[in-house]
Amino acid sequence: MKLLKAKHKSHGGVHPKYRKNLVQDMAIEEMPLPQLLRVSMAQHLGAPARPVVKKGDTVLRGQLIGEAAGFISAAVHAPTSGTVKAVTPCPTPAGPQAPAIEIEPDGEDRWDPEVEKSAAARDGLIAEFQKSPGAKKDVVLGIIADAGIVGMGGAGFPTHVKLSPPPKKPIDTLIINGAECEPYLSSDNRLMIEHAERIWSGALLVRKVLGAGTLRVAIEENKPEAIAAMEKAAGDFGGEADVAIVVLKTEYPQGAEKQQIYAITGREVPAGGLPMDVGTVVQNVGTTYAVWDAVVNARPLIQRVTSLTGSPVSTPRNVLARVGTSYADMLAFCGGTAGDVAKAISGGPMMGLAQASLDIPTTKTTSGIVLLTPAELSVYGSTPCISCGRCVDGCPMNLMPCELSQMLEAEDYDAAEEYNVLDCIECGCCAFQCPAHRPLVQHIRQGKARIMAKRRAERQAAAKDES
Amino acid sequence: MGALVTTASAIGGVGLVCAVALALAARFLGVEEDQRIEEVVDLLPGANCGGCGFAGCADYAKAMVIEGAAINLCAPCGAETLQALSELLGRKAEATEKEVAIVLCGGNATSAPRRSAYNGVADCAAAHAVGGGDKVCQYGCLGYGSCARVCPSGAIELVDGLATVHPDLCIGCGACVRTCPRHLIKMVPATRVVHVLCSSRAKGPVVKKACTVGCIGCSICTKLAEDNAIRMEGPLAVVDYSKQFDHPEIAEKCPGHCIVRHQTPNTEHRASLKEPAGTS
Repeated sequence: MKLLKAKHKSHGGVHPKYRKNLVQDMAIEEMPLPQLLRVSMAQHLGAPARPVVKKGDTVLRGQLIGEAAGFISAAVHAPTSGTVKAVTPCPTPAGPQAPAIEIEPDGEDRWDPEVEKSAAARDGLIAEFQKSPGAKKDVVLGIIADAGIVGMGGAGFPTHVKLSPPPKKPIDTLIINGAECEPYLSSDNRLMIEHAERIWSGALLVRKVLGAGTLRVAIEENKPEAIAAMEKAAGDFGGEADVAIVVLKTEYPQGAEKQQIYAITGREVPAGGLPMDVGTVVQNVGTTYAVWDAVVNARPLIQRVTSLTGSPVSTPRNVLARVGTSYADMLAFCGGTAGDVAKAISGGPMMGLAQASLDIPTTKTTSGIVLLTPAELSVYGSTPCISCGRCVDGCPMNLMPCELSQMLEAEDYDAAEEYNVLDCIECGCCAFQCPAHRPLVQHIRQGKARIMAKRRAERQAAAKDES
Repeated sequence: MGALVTTASAIGGVGLVCAVALALAARFLGVEEDQRIEEVVDLLPGANCGGCGFAGCADYAKAMVIEGAAINLCAPCGAETLQALSELLGRKAEATEKEVAIVLCGGNATSAPRRSAYNGVADCAAAHAVGGGDKVCQYGCLGYGSCARVCPSGAIELVDGLATVHPDLCIGCGACVRTCPRHLIKMVPATRVVHVLCSSRAKGPVVKKACTVGCIGCSICTKLAEDNAIRMEGPLAVVDYSKQFDHPEIAEKCPGHCIVRHQTPNTEHRASLKEPAGTS
C-alpha cells in the first residue's frame, strides 16, 4: 500500500513536548475486574441515558442497563455480570453529577445469552450486507446504535447519528483518525499496532454504511510502528479501491477533525458547519474498532483502552478496562504513584479536564489519565495582553483569541459572536503559547457556554410565546 | 482698521445666519417630548440596575409615561418616591414589599473546606465548570465573587471566602440572583428574621463531610416553626418567605448550625442613591 502525504497544511498549531515514550511501547493489558463499577448514564454528548434497572437487580455482561433517551443519546450496557447496588448520582469527569448504576461484579463475568445468540447470526448478516449494502444499511446502523457506540476520541458524539447524514449531504470520503495528537496519550497508537486488521475491517464496514468512495487512515509520523502495522494489515485488502494511509506531520492539533479534513482533502468545513457539509466523515480508530466488535461479534461497547501515564505513575500502562472502573482502581493496577501528584487530568494535557479527585469512574471517552508532578506544573499569574499576536498565529481556526478574550472579559458577548467565537475548537494552542500567560481558551470556553445558554433561553422564550 | 471691520462682520454674519438656521430648525424640526419623562427620571434613583426589567432608569421612565408601565417596579425606590410618581402621573399602585438579597449558604473558608487547588479564571461560573468546583460541597458558595462584581451598589462583600450581602446597602435589583451559577442567592422580604443558610440537596452524611454548618435534614426546625413556615424539600429545610414568623430559640436548636436569626439591620428604603456610596 502506498503511503500518502498530507497535501495541505492547516493554519497555526503548536509543538508541545509529546512525551509519548512513557507508554507508547507498552502492550495493552487487560485489567482484572474491580470491586465496584459505577456506570454513568452521561457518557456521551446529548441526553443522558435512562436507567432501566433498579437496585437489587442481577445483570449480565452486555445487558442493556440504560436506554437512549432521545435522538442524540446512546445506550449503556452492563460491563460485567453482577448485582446492581444502587442507582445514584455520581460525579463525571466533566464535572456535573449524573445518575450512575453501581454494579458489584459477581466475578463470573457471564455474557448475556442474547449477545451470544445474535453473535452466532452475524456471519450471515455480514455476507448479506457485503452483497447489498443499501438494503441492510439500516440493520447495521441499528446494531451500532444498540451497541451504544459513541465517538471515543473524546467528544462522545453518538456514532449512529454521525453515520446517518441526511440524504441531501452525500458522503464521499471517510477518514479514520489515528492522529492522536494529544501529548502523552497512546491508546489509539497501541490499538493500531495490536489490532490493525480489525480496525481495517471496521473501517470498510463504516465506509459501506456511508456509501463513501474514498477511505483514508490518518496517522501522525511520530507513530512509525502504527503506520507499519496498518500498512502490513492492509495487504489483505488488496482488492479494495481507493484505500490509503495518510502520514501527517506531527503537530497539535492534527487530530481535530476540521484540521484533518483540510490537511487530507483541502476542503474547509464552513463556519458553524459539520464535516458532512463537505462530504466527509471523520471517525476515531477506537470507535472504528468498537464498530467492528459490535457488528461482527455483537459486543456492545463496555470496555476501552486508556493510557494511564505521567511521571508520577509507577508503571505507566495502556489499560484495557471496563467502563465504570474508578480512576483510583486503575492507578492501583499501574502500581500506584511514586512521587507527588500535583494534577490529575482526564484526557490529554492540552484538552483534558483537571480532576479534583481520582474517585471518578471512567467513561467510553476516557482516552487517558495523565498525572503531573508539582515540578511539571507551571502556575502563572496572568498579565495584560501585550498584543504580540502569537495566539493569532497559533490558532488553527484563524480566530483572534487575544481580542476574543478581552471582549469576553468585558462581557461583550455580541462582539465576540461577531468575531466567530463559536467556531473555536477549544484546542488550547492560544493559551499554550501566550507569553502573558493569559487564560485565553478558558475565557473563550466560558464565553461560549454563556452564549449557548443565552441562545437556549431565547429559544425557550420563543417557544413559550408561540404556545 | 478696515481688516478688523471685515473680519468682525464676516464672523458676525456667519454667526447670525447659523443662529437663524438653528432657531428655525428648533421651531420646525423639534420633537415634542413629554416634560414628565425628565421629571420621572429625576425621581428615580439613577442606579440603572435593571431590576425593573427595563434598560435603565431613563427607559423605565419613558415606559411609565408613554406606555403606562406600572409605577411600582423600581425596587430601590422608597414610599416617598412612589408617592411622588403617583402624584406626577396620576396613577396609583401598591408599594411592593422591600426585598433584599440573601446568600443561602453559610460555608466559609473554615466551615466548608476545598478539595482541590483551582488556579483558573477567578469567576464562579468558570470555577464551577472545572470538575464541578473546587469545594467539597457541590452546592455551596464558591467565593470567587461573581455576584459582588455585578452588584451596582457594592452591597456584597466576600467575608472569609463567602459572599455576604449587606442588607442596608442592597437595592433589591436582583442582578446577583441572575449571576450566581449555583443559584444560592434569593430575594426575600427585608423584614424576615429566620433564614436557613444552606442550599445543599445532598443527604445528611454527605453534607456533614462537606461542611460544618450545613443542613443535615433533621427537620427539627419544621416542627418549631408554626404554620409550615419552614418545610422540608427533600433533605433540605427551606424557609417559606411568604410567611412572617420568628422563634426565639430556633437558631440554637438547629443541630446543623445552619439557621440564623437576626433582625435585618435596616429595613428602610434608601430614598436616593445619588450620593456616593459610603456617605450614608
